[in-house]
Amino acid sequence: MTVLEQPGAYRPTPPPGWQPRADAAPLLPDPEPYRLLGTAAAADISPDLLTRLHRELVRGRRYNTQATALTRQGRLAVYPSSTGQEACQVAAGLVLEDRDWLFPSYRDTLAAVVRGLDPVDALTLLRGDWHSGYDPHAHRVAPLCTPLATQLPHAVGLAHAARLKGDDVVALALVGDGGTSEGDFHEALNFAAVWHAPVVFLVQNNGFAISVPLAKQTAAPSLAHKAVGYGMPGRLVDGNDAAAVHEVLAEAVRRARGGGGPTLVEAVTYRIEAHTNADDATRYRPDSEVEAWRAHDPIALLEEAMRDRHLLDDEGVRAARESAERFAADLRTRMHQDPALDPMALFEHVYADRTSQLREQAAQLRAELDAEAADAGKGE
Amino acid sequence: MTTAVGADTARKPVTMAQALGRALRDAMAADPSVHVLGEDVGTLGGVFRITDGLAEEFGEDRCTDTPLAEAGILGTAVGMAMYGLRPVVEMQFDAFAYPSFEQLISHVSRMRNRTRGAMPMPITVRVPYGGGIGGVEHHSDSSEIYYMATPGLQVVAPATVADAYGLLRAAIASDDPVIFLEPKRLYWSKADWSADAPEQVPPIGRAVVRRPGSGGRRGATLISYGPSVPVCLEAAEAARAEGWDLEVVDLRSLVPFDDETVCASVRRTGRAVVVHESTGFGGPGGEIAARVTERCFHHLEAPVLRVAGFDIPYPPPMLERHHLPGVDRVLDAVARLQWESEWTEGSAV
Ligand SMILES: Cc1ncc(C[n+]2csc(CCOP(=O)(O)OP(=O)(O)O)c2C)c(N)n1
Ligand SMILES: [Mg+2]
Repeated sequence: MTVLEQPGAYRPTPPPGWQPRADAAPLLPDPEPYRLLGTAAAADISPDLLTRLHRELVRGRRYNTQATALTRQGRLAVYPSSTGQEACQVAAGLVLEDRDWLFPSYRDTLAAVVRGLDPVDALTLLRGDWHSGYDPHAHRVAPLCTPLATQLPHAVGLAHAARLKGDDVVALALVGDGGTSEGDFHEALNFAAVWHAPVVFLVQNNGFAISVPLAKQTAAPSLAHKAVGYGMPGRLVDGNDAAAVHEVLAEAVRRARGGGGPTLVEAVTYRIEAHTNADDATRYRPDSEVEAWRAHDPIALLEEAMRDRHLLDDEGVRAARESAERFAADLRTRMHQDPALDPMALFEHVYADRTSQLREQAAQLRAELDAEAADAGKGE
Repeated sequence: MTTAVGADTARKPVTMAQALGRALRDAMAADPSVHVLGEDVGTLGGVFRITDGLAEEFGEDRCTDTPLAEAGILGTAVGMAMYGLRPVVEMQFDAFAYPSFEQLISHVSRMRNRTRGAMPMPITVRVPYGGGIGGVEHHSDSSEIYYMATPGLQVVAPATVADAYGLLRAAIASDDPVIFLEPKRLYWSKADWSADAPEQVPPIGRAVVRRPGSGGRRGATLISYGPSVPVCLEAAEAARAEGWDLEVVDLRSLVPFDDETVCASVRRTGRAVVVHESTGFGGPGGEIAARVTERCFHHLEAPVLRVAGFDIPYPPPMLERHHLPGVDRVLDAVARLQWESEWTEGSAV
């Protein structure tokens, strides 16, 4: 019993001007992650959407295994796989309109590819021939972002700018569970809510930040609950249920587009592979945990639901896999070609115009390259 | 200077703070993509009143009071720039810009490079900086070296009313990010100036000889920028009594650095002292002295000396006068430039 609860305790009146700023209840996420596949509501999902999701999931899984293989063949410096998270990647890649913007992290190349980026361009950062391989304006995909959560304020600023210009543009920003501990996560969500910016934040809670499990990351009831403190709705969704993620994101995008402001979506999923090819996940998690999640596979969940509705048969699965195989073969072939490297490009885009110092340094490198070439010529 | 003779009649005493405000206003009027954002910049007009009246004139969408979060301010400015706006960010004080450094270093300075020119960052970050205003802790830092050490940023510091206007217009017009360092203690310095006929200021990256010297045997160059320029001008004046003829170079822009103007002066005078408030160890003066030595070695009669703040955390206001380089310290350095004494000169043969 607190002092105030004691009988006859003095009950203060609220301080002058105090009033609740918003009703928190509608902002609260559901207690359980939202599921569609395997529920009665799955009967209402459009067959077209399911077929698209399926094709992309199968292709996405193959993309992940191919990219991981490319690390072993020395064709990628590093690859953070999204195996197991394809439902989130595919839904994020499909849910936006052309004019909208996607803000991916290093783990989200698949979402960018689903949105239409050439996978070779999407992988440029991870191959290491440049920091980004595409013009962000071409597909409205911001450069892959490595410093955790720093892409989130960019998404807010872009969405805010678009709204100021009167453009009907929504930004979808992706971040990991670990990234939600960063200050930029907080600042971005706060700005978005205060500015009522048309942004959707998708947290892929894959259980780990490299080796650190969510329990060491936060004491919040869920990551989606964090939304409430900013005054935006939080949604919790099963991140391996592609139809559910798509629906929740689509609703959030609609809300943002209609002037309803930002939404925080937490998709509960699992990182099946190690953090990257360079990581050893056996040091921090048991295989049994991974196996349990393999049994909750996004592709299997979707295929089961589609077979139930007779929207997919063995032939359909085979066709999707064959198409994914062709995609992977093409990626493999192109990634096995050495990228064209131009050392002189190092000086090209530091400033709009080279400074006199950069002109001098460029001349120095030019001379070194010429000397190298001359030496190589002598050796022949 | 291209000021028409007739326009001179319109010139009246104007403070640097007023000229900066006018530059923002004119830039916003000229280009609807210019947006000002920061803490207290709207209703209040900024703690130094530089943005006074902008929210009223252009609306709160163009001059926006943001939540109190420097990384968020700069981070959202990055997104705004991605979408074609030209954000002008105000950091409230030098030391309060530090939370924004991750955005600055990891994104603002690199986005053009990362995207091979597809996504330039036309962002101006205005930073009231430096000491001498009696500020308590965290209100007097000289933070220029952090910015200078980051490729992709331009770093500018005006020393005069005319430059404050001209360089800020140039910074906002630049397609690359500019750290615009506003010397707090010069905010209330005045000069006869007319906004209707502002002097033409050369583009970012050009230094200026603020006080020419004759370059004779008693000549030396004082190299400086921002709040230390008036100190150097005063020292140069005082040095005449000692028979020294000092030239004062105002760098105006630390990045890009104008080697040409600086070295032309030092080659003429043969001696140089770099003067700044920032700490000496690892400070801008080390870079400048090295550049001058590398380029002008055979013209130098003495090592390039530095007059800088001590290598200490910025002192409390009641002690700051002991820290800030003043005229005496500059003259002491000049005296140490290995002058040939009368006696040596007379008996040289
Ligand atoms: C600011 C910052 N600190 C540290 C790192 C190094 N790092 C890269 S990924 C990672 C874990 C991120 O975990 P999470 O946000 O959950 O995303 P996930 O990798 O699981 O997709 C860390 C610590 C980084 N990239 N950026
Ligand atoms: Mg994670």
